[in-house]
Amino acid sequence: MAKVLVVTSGKGGVGKTTSTAALGAALAQAGQKVVVVDFDVGLRNLDLIMGAERRVVYDLINVVQGDAKLSQALIRDKRLETLHLLPASQTRDKDALTSEGVARVMDELREKFDWVICDSPAGIERGAQLAMYHADTAVVVTNPEISSVRDSDRIIGLLDSKTERAEKGERVDKHLLLTRYDPARAKRGEMLKTEDILEILSIPLLGIVPESQDVLRASNLGSPVTLADPTSAPARAYTDAVRRLMGEKLAMSIPGDKKGLFGKLFGRRVA
Amino acid sequence: MNLFNFLNRRTSAPVARERLQILLAHERVSGNHSQLVAVLQEEILAVIAKHMQIDRDKVVVKLDRGDDVSTLEIDIEMPPQTQSQARPELSL
Ligand SMILES: Nc1ncnc2c1ncn2[C@@H]1O[C@H](COP(=O)(O)OP(=O)(O)OP(=O)(O)O)[C@@H](O)[C@H]1O
Ligand SMILES: [Mg+2]
Repeated sequence: MAKVLVVTSGKGGVGKTTSTAALGAALAQAGQKVVVVDFDVGLRNLDLIMGAERRVVYDLINVVQGDAKLSQALIRDKRLETLHLLPASQTRDKDALTSEGVARVMDELREKFDWVICDSPAGIERGAQLAMYHADTAVVVTNPEISSVRDSDRIIGLLDSKTERAEKGERVDKHLLLTRYDPARAKRGEMLKTEDILEILSIPLLGIVPESQDVLRASNLGSPVTLADPTSAPARAYTDAVRRLMGEKLAMSIPGDKKGLFGKLFGRRVA
Repeated sequence: MNLFNFLNRRTSAPVARERLQILLAHERVSGNHSQLVAVLQEEILAVIAKHMQIDRDKVVVKLDRGDDVSTLEIDIEMPPQTQSQARPELSL
């Protein structure tokens, strides 16, 4: 059965698009049929991170408005057969995304793929709410920093009230993905502690992605980090996160820490 | 870097945690409150409208959440006297 997953955060620039690409590619590497959908109308970037910017012909809005068929707008990844991209429109106005149109496209995507991964725009307004509305699962991307945690709290509130699942009295499965984690600053006590963030937001931890040059390098190359450099620390964090999404129980490792200790302490909270 | 700076740096994360905990406790509750207040206001207005005409802003609903006691204050100002019988201001 297809799963719709939204990658969301409230705050901008925390790593949603990076995470969408990395998780999508890692799921496809695990043999799943995946589409990553860019909901950031007017500010599309997922095509760049995926290295498909020159292959965009039609976009989500064209499909929503019936100007193109879904099959015309989907871009198949050159490296992974089962990975696809549905780009956002760069120029059109955000109101062109109607909720009925999005619902129709989501239904069609659910039929074609195992995973539909929606890259949310920043903010808590209409665009972010459209991106989360159909989600079964949410990855809340958070940086270990006070304003990001606050915005994640708002987003969790929206996931519990403004989604299709919430309206039906069901729950969206929520996971915390800590990104841009800096082990050196953590050690110096300058960064919010992981266990404090978990306690404040009280959703299970999906992974901790370290701040890393490898992410920048991968984006320069137009390749999800899990593809560009599969053995790098951020790629391993994303790959583990994907295994957890698929139901595996794995010990959590904190970047820069002795492996396993964190898993022992917080294993029970792990998704 | 002097010792004070050094200590200060070490303690910045716990300060952030504490500020967040206080802030979010407040934001979560006030988010629900503002909804409750709006709903109460509408329903009270609807009940009153069955019996008399009243301006929307003559019905004031206030919710004060304290640590120990919370109070819900509903203030309804009656329209000026048109009939013979005087009525006191009704306050619940
Ligand atoms: N783990 C990381 N290490 C280093 N840099 C990172 C990491 N994750 C993301 N970045 C960088 O942070 C910037 C923002 O990332 P990204 O575009 O993924 O965020 P976003 O949440 O999608 O932003 P927006 O809200 O604008 O859509 C990019 O320059 C990206 O390369
Ligand atoms: Mg983005």
